[in-house]
Order: sequence, then C-alpha cells, then structure tokens
Amino acid sequence: MARVVVDVMLKPEILDPQGQAVANALPRLGVTGVESVRIGKRIEIEFAGTADVERAREIADKLLANPVIEEFTVHLPDGDS
Amino acid sequence: MRIGVVTFPGSLDDGDARRAVRLAGAEDIGLWHNDPELHQVDAVVLPGGFSYGDSLRAGAIARFAPVMESIVDAAKGGMPVLGICNGFQVLCEAHLLPGALTRNTHLHFRNRDQALRVQSTSTSWTKNFTEDQEIIIPVKNGEGRYVADEAVLDELEATGRVVARYAGGNPNGSSRDIAAIRNEAGNVVGIMPHPEHAVDALTGPSTDGLAFFASVLAHLAGRVGVEA
Repeated sequence: MARVVVDVMLKPEILDPQGQAVANALPRLGVTGVESVRIGKRIEIEFAGTADVERAREIADKLLANPVIEEFTVHLPDGDS
Repeated sequence: MRIGVVTFPGSLDDGDARRAVRLAGAEDIGLWHNDPELHQVDAVVLPGGFSYGDSLRAGAIARFAPVMESIVDAAKGGMPVLGICNGFQVLCEAHLLPGALTRNTHLHFRNRDQALRVQSTSTSWTKNFTEDQEIIIPVKNGEGRYVADEAVLDELEATGRVVARYAGGNPNGSSRDIAAIRNEAGNVVGIMPHPEHAVDALTGPSTDGLAFFASVLAHLAGRVGVEA
C-alpha cells in the first residue's frame, strides 16, 4: 500500500486544553500517575503508485500543519517493509 | 464605494457583513470563494462562520480558495481587508497576519456581548475611533485564543499593531488579551469579535460596530482625494 503517515502535534509551548481535559478525567477512571496528555492528529495519505515521502512532507508543510503552532513528522506506516 | 464580502462554503455572517456595509453607506458586493474575480471592489471583508467546515483547522482550507489568491495580492498592494472571526483565522493561515487562533482555553464556545478597548486608530478600519475608546460588540467563537511566540507578541506591542484588547474579562484565553491585530501597513485587520453584529440598536448590543465600516469609507474617500 502506497501510504505515508503524517503526525501533527501542537508545539510543546502551545497550551493544549483538550489534552488537559483528558488528563483531568483520568483520575475518574482510577488512573493515577499521568503527568500530562497532549492530543494531535494522524493523517494517512494514500498515493497512487509508490509512497512519496517527500511529496507528503510538502503537503504537511503547506497544508496539514500550521508551523506557527504545530510541528509534524512524516513516516511510512509501522511494520511496512 | 464598493465593499466585497466573501462567501465561502460554511460562511455564516456574510449576510450581516453585507448589511453592515449597506448601513455604512457603501455598495455591498458578493464575492464567491471559487471565483478569483474581485469585481472592482475597493475593500474586502472576510466574514465569520466555519469555512469548509473548519476541516483540518479553522481557515486552513479557505486560504487556498481561488478568491483568496486575488485578495492576498490586493492586500499586499494596499487594499483594505477586514477579517472577522473565521475571517481573522483565514488571514492568519494566509500569512497576511502573524500568529494563529486556537481552541479557547476553557473549551467552551463563548457567545456574549464583549467590551473591547481600541488601541490602534491608524488602520483603514479603525480611524473613526479614538485611542483607548471602549466599545461593546458581540464575541462568539470556539477557537478564538490568539497565540504567537513571545517575540512576535513583543513586536506587535512595540509597533502598535494590537488594534483591540478584551476589556472586562478575556473570553477565550487570548495572549495578552488580544482581540484584534493589524499588518504593518494598517490596511489588513483581523478581529475575533463581530462588528457586523453591532450596527443596529434593534439587534445588537450597541452600534459601535458601524465605525469599522465607516472608517474604511473615510479612508477610501481620503485616498481618492489624494489621488485626484
């Protein structure tokens, strides 16, 4: 499968209120010992033909992530050879 | 004067923005997201709403609409552009303004009448206000928290580019209570609250919003005078 995965995360210095809300809910599940939770996006791009990591990086840079508040990584799916 | 108001798929406040333009005494011209033609408008308003359903990020996809390419070029050439709410988000995504708008700190959609302090009266859209004038216009957003890195915030402050700040409580956790900013030239302004909803005593908390539209008309009239 010609899939490339892009992970987008808020930069560490940007407040993530959604992640905080999840972290605050954990004690209600009986989960303790979690210091923080941060929420990001995983985007899977299916190329016709071969997986084009460089093209995926370009898409991520121009559209998928906003460099003012987010950073991204581009990789092939785990377990793919 | 011809003021264009863009309609993206998912725009909500284009109708009110066009009404505000008419009440201010200008001709309102509808601009369509998929049409790069600006129809000889003298200024443009990017209205509030949820363009393209806020898919991915608010304003991220609207930035690539054909009409935006023309607006970015025109803005760089000095044409006045006002982005309200979602329009502010689009201006940041299009890099006409620095920073970004993110999820409200408290995660709630906030909808209320909001006091603002106007701090830059040299823009095309705020010249009819007086410095530090307090106004009340509605705010309604879920992603209105303005963020930028400290260096950018410092520069905005040092160069007088904070156009308005929240007064009497920050509705969304915005950095340094910022409600509106401008570009260096002062022709591009992004504002989170909604001047177009405060143009008529019957439906708004005040008519303070009208001065944004009256300002751009005064600005354009002055410019025509200079050119003639």
